[in-house]
Amino acid sequence: MRTSITRNRILTVLALAGFVVFLVYAQTNWDAYRLRILNLCAVYTIFAVTFNLIYGYTGQFSLGHAGFAAIGAYAAALLTMSPEQKAANFFLAPIIPLLRDVEWPFLPALLVGGTLAALASLLIGWPALRLRGDYLAIATLGFSEIIRVLFVNWQRITNGSLGLKGIPDHTNVYWSWGAALVTIFVVKRLVDSSYGRALRAVRDDEVAAQALGVRLFTHKMMAFMLSSFFVGVAGGLMANLISTIDPKVFMFFLTYQIVGITVMGGMSSLTGSLVAAVLYTVFLEVLRPIESPFDLGPLHIPGIPGMRMVLFSTLLLLVILFYRQGLFGQREFSWDGLLNTLARLHRRVTGLWGRTPPPSTVEKGEQ
Amino acid sequence: MALLQLRHVSKRFGGLVAVNNFSTELQAGELCALIGPNGSGKTTIFNLITGIYRPTEGEIWFDGHNITGRRPDQITRLGIARTFQNIRLFSGLDVLGNVMVGQHLRLKSDPASAVLRLPHYLREERAMQRRAQELLEALNLAHLAHEKATALPYGQQRKLEIARALASNPKLLLLDEPAAGMNTAEAEELMAFIQHILEHFKLTIFLIEHQMRVVMGICPRIIVIDYGEIIAEGPPATIQNNPRVIEAYLGVGTYA
Ligand SMILES: Nc1ncnc2c1ncn2[C@@H]1O[C@H](COP(=O)(O)OP(=O)(O)OP(=O)(O)O)[C@@H](O)[C@H]1O
Ligand SMILES: [Mg+2]
Repeated sequence: MRTSITRNRILTVLALAGFVVFLVYAQTNWDAYRLRILNLCAVYTIFAVTFNLIYGYTGQFSLGHAGFAAIGAYAAALLTMSPEQKAANFFLAPIIPLLRDVEWPFLPALLVGGTLAALASLLIGWPALRLRGDYLAIATLGFSEIIRVLFVNWQRITNGSLGLKGIPDHTNVYWSWGAALVTIFVVKRLVDSSYGRALRAVRDDEVAAQALGVRLFTHKMMAFMLSSFFVGVAGGLMANLISTIDPKVFMFFLTYQIVGITVMGGMSSLTGSLVAAVLYTVFLEVLRPIESPFDLGPLHIPGIPGMRMVLFSTLLLLVILFYRQGLFGQREFSWDGLLNTLARLHRRVTGLWGRTPPPSTVEKGEQ
Repeated sequence: MALLQLRHVSKRFGGLVAVNNFSTELQAGELCALIGPNGSGKTTIFNLITGIYRPTEGEIWFDGHNITGRRPDQITRLGIARTFQNIRLFSGLDVLGNVMVGQHLRLKSDPASAVLRLPHYLREERAMQRRAQELLEALNLAHLAHEKATALPYGQQRKLEIARALASNPKLLLLDEPAAGMNTAEAEELMAFIQHILEHFKLTIFLIEHQMRVVMGICPRIIVIDYGEIIAEGPPATIQNNPRVIEAYLGVGTYA
């Protein structure tokens, strides 16, 4: 028991070190296009892991991710842009004086974005988390739309539908994957603690959980605010990655993708969220050619924009219909699990090659 | 003073009077049974005591506090725990996890210390685990600690619900038909066990049962209700021969 804990610790440290080496290699050698995908993988991982926290573990169906991400994105963008950039952006109406001359470092800007998102979730959760059932979904959906409309109309803060251009490209793989790892660490530690047991109890049976003394509202609110905080941070990372944002980036479609990724990865599996987020982001790029015209032998296929989303939605539908547990179900990655699988594979492979045929099989074969 | 007092409690659902002018007292250390035919209002009385429903009229006092209209978790914090007639275990947690949820309300560490695994959190977590293990041993469920709770056989699920309720360190334990679905031998064994925990955990127990026979042996006092009203109250010997009780039970058939 003790030795396997030590072994697992060592393996974790080694894996993390290996991952850091990979990040350093990627950051120095990869081109901008591939780096952007690697960064987006981290951003979507944060989105999926936080959705898992609020829905997979706590059972509260929130559809507010796009709204919280928008808050974090605009906050980080406005706080990190230089006064000159802002002056160039806001040509229809000048930016409000309060924001005109600020130019903050990245970290405090991200944290402010996360905090504002968390405060917004407090505001919505205050009424909506007291009600049972699907009210939260409706309230958060409405909130996301309201945020978008506000951001279109707050000309002097958000530059309206023109959006913000020339946001400094602070986001690199260290920031994005650093934030993703912190998110995974915090969420994993939380759901594995006594609070996590209480959250799952709330998800499984509110009446029984409350009868056992679990404060429903406090626990739901804690999960909701923590989830929204990290969504806000991810929004900020996204803004300083893609360097141009406008309200259209944060339509319901963003939330839809996040829900889909999390369902496919497996509710209540952070491993699933991570794997599905990375696969989704990568496949979205790999499949980009199918949206432009191509020839399949003698067949000419015209470009259909949105084809990838049709594929994604179809796949999501199939998962929901036939494979509800998704890639990982409730399971998590563990070293013991990996080593066991490897050992099984090894046995099977050596068995296939017949290097060490078990004597009993040989005898049977001769009879 | 009595540990639990119900003073002229009534509960109406629209036009239906589920509980009518119900008054009783439970002294600390008492084991009292609440019996009555189907739909007579037994579970509703438990739901009123635990705050799931608010009384239409009347007051409920527990341990010197007026708990009328308080939230269920606040009432549990004061020291009332219960089990449910239709078992309500947490399907996403194992057996040990289910019991440990029952201790969560006594946790002092905040979420941040839990995430950071600070020493005082780890100490509390270990203590919770030890106590949960003890409770499982007391109920002969220790070997199932890491099984999925809802995969257990019915009888063991009922026992697990009792263990989970005990985990919150209650003064008063409410058991809603704990022997439901058990055969006579199992039910008798369970009643002996209930008597055992009454003394061992220094509890007061209020117990709903369908069949008078099951509780006659262990409950010094029985309250019989019909249509939400008390029709008889006293030791088993007097209840058994009470004509109104016989009528209520014979009226619905097979419960004698
Ligand atoms: N939430 C509710 N809304 C409306 N009516 C209710 C509600 N809860 C209980 N009732 C009604 O109140 C009456 C008493 O129900 P209760 O569940 O307390 O009976 P019981 O004595 O526990 O019966 P059983 O032996 O079947 O468990 C029944 O007529 C029931 O239909
Ligand atoms: Mg009942």
